[in-house]
Amino acid sequence: MRITKVAKAGTLESNDILIMVMSSKSDRVELELESIVLQQFGDVIERVILHKVQEMGVEGITIKAQDKGALDYTIGARVETAIKRAI
Amino acid sequence: MLFMPGNNPSMLQDAAILGADSIILDLEDAVSLTEKDSARILVREALKTIDFSQVELVVRVNPMDTEFGPLDVDMIARVKPDTLLIPKANEEQIKIVDTMLDKIEAEEGYLAGSIKIIALIETALGLENVYNVIQASNRIVGVLLGGEDLTSDLGIERTKEGEEIFYARNKVATACRALKVDSIDTPFTDTNDFEGLAKDTAKAKSLGLTGKSAINPRQIEIIHSVFSPTEAELKHALKVLEVMQQAEKEGKGVCSLEGKMIDAPVINRARNTVALGRSLGLLER
Repeated sequence: MRITKVAKAGTLESNDILIMVMSSKSDRVELELESIVLQQFGDVIERVILHKVQEMGVEGITIKAQDKGALDYTIGARVETAIKRAI
Repeated sequence: MLFMPGNNPSMLQDAAILGADSIILDLEDAVSLTEKDSARILVREALKTIDFSQVELVVRVNPMDTEFGPLDVDMIARVKPDTLLIPKANEEQIKIVDTMLDKIEAEEGYLAGSIKIIALIETALGLENVYNVIQASNRIVGVLLGGEDLTSDLGIERTKEGEEIFYARNKVATACRALKVDSIDTPFTDTNDFEGLAKDTAKAKSLGLTGKSAINPRQIEIIHSVFSPTEAELKHALKVLEVMQQAEKEGKGVCSLEGKMIDAPVINRARNTVALGRSLGLLER
């Protein structure tokens, strides 16, 4: 599945994450991640985002994520919302 | 019962530890129209992930006559909240939710009837019909009175004193008592007026309502203190039940305590007081 629009979900409030998704020219999933806990949890956040993208069967997507300390459930929810809004 | 906005991760994460008996994750008034989809997914993920086992978990969905209500029920019921709070409740909408829940429970392999409903009575029509609304589904475990929307529907001013909802409180309390479900009072909306909150809560309790909703965690302690039976009330209730049991053993039809006859209403009140004391952890179970 490919997305067709640019869409956002989430906020920049603490414990939340702002996700922006857009279509990519390639079939790859490209991720730009900023996080206040990048050093400690960057790998985990990236894994949660990519897992959700894979679970939804999306290809050719660029994701920009600005994390403010979101837990996994919030990250997954915001990625899902952004992708559904972009379809 | 504490209302928490459904699209705020911080508040969702803290909801279970704030001391409320029930939390209401709100998908309706606390969420803007453009964020309904986002909140619905966030609440679903929160229910799947966060341990809310210490509290009754209620989700307020959007009204069933909006485009959001049926989508909320379909997504949220599948992760099995304890209860759904149905706004602008009337018989027809309760029956629609009941039918949807029958189907979802069967599809998900949940016990039939295990997801409960609280009806939010906040229209003149709903109020006048509250008895039938409660009877519209076996899932209904309580009614929450929504004072703000009700007074808006009635075209009258909402005041701190609350005289304008006197009839509504009486009507809800009586119907709920008759059908043995909980009656929960409308929230007190001035979150800085604790004296006003205590008075408002005491008024609701005096009219027979069995609980009160809160919109700020700072309101919980006062609400609990008003609804908790005092030590003297608990002692008296236990003594009444003791005297009654003794009379039963001795085959006496009538008994008395401190010169006052103990009859069925006194015994029922004592039983209710003891049950409330146990539920609040003031007595051993």
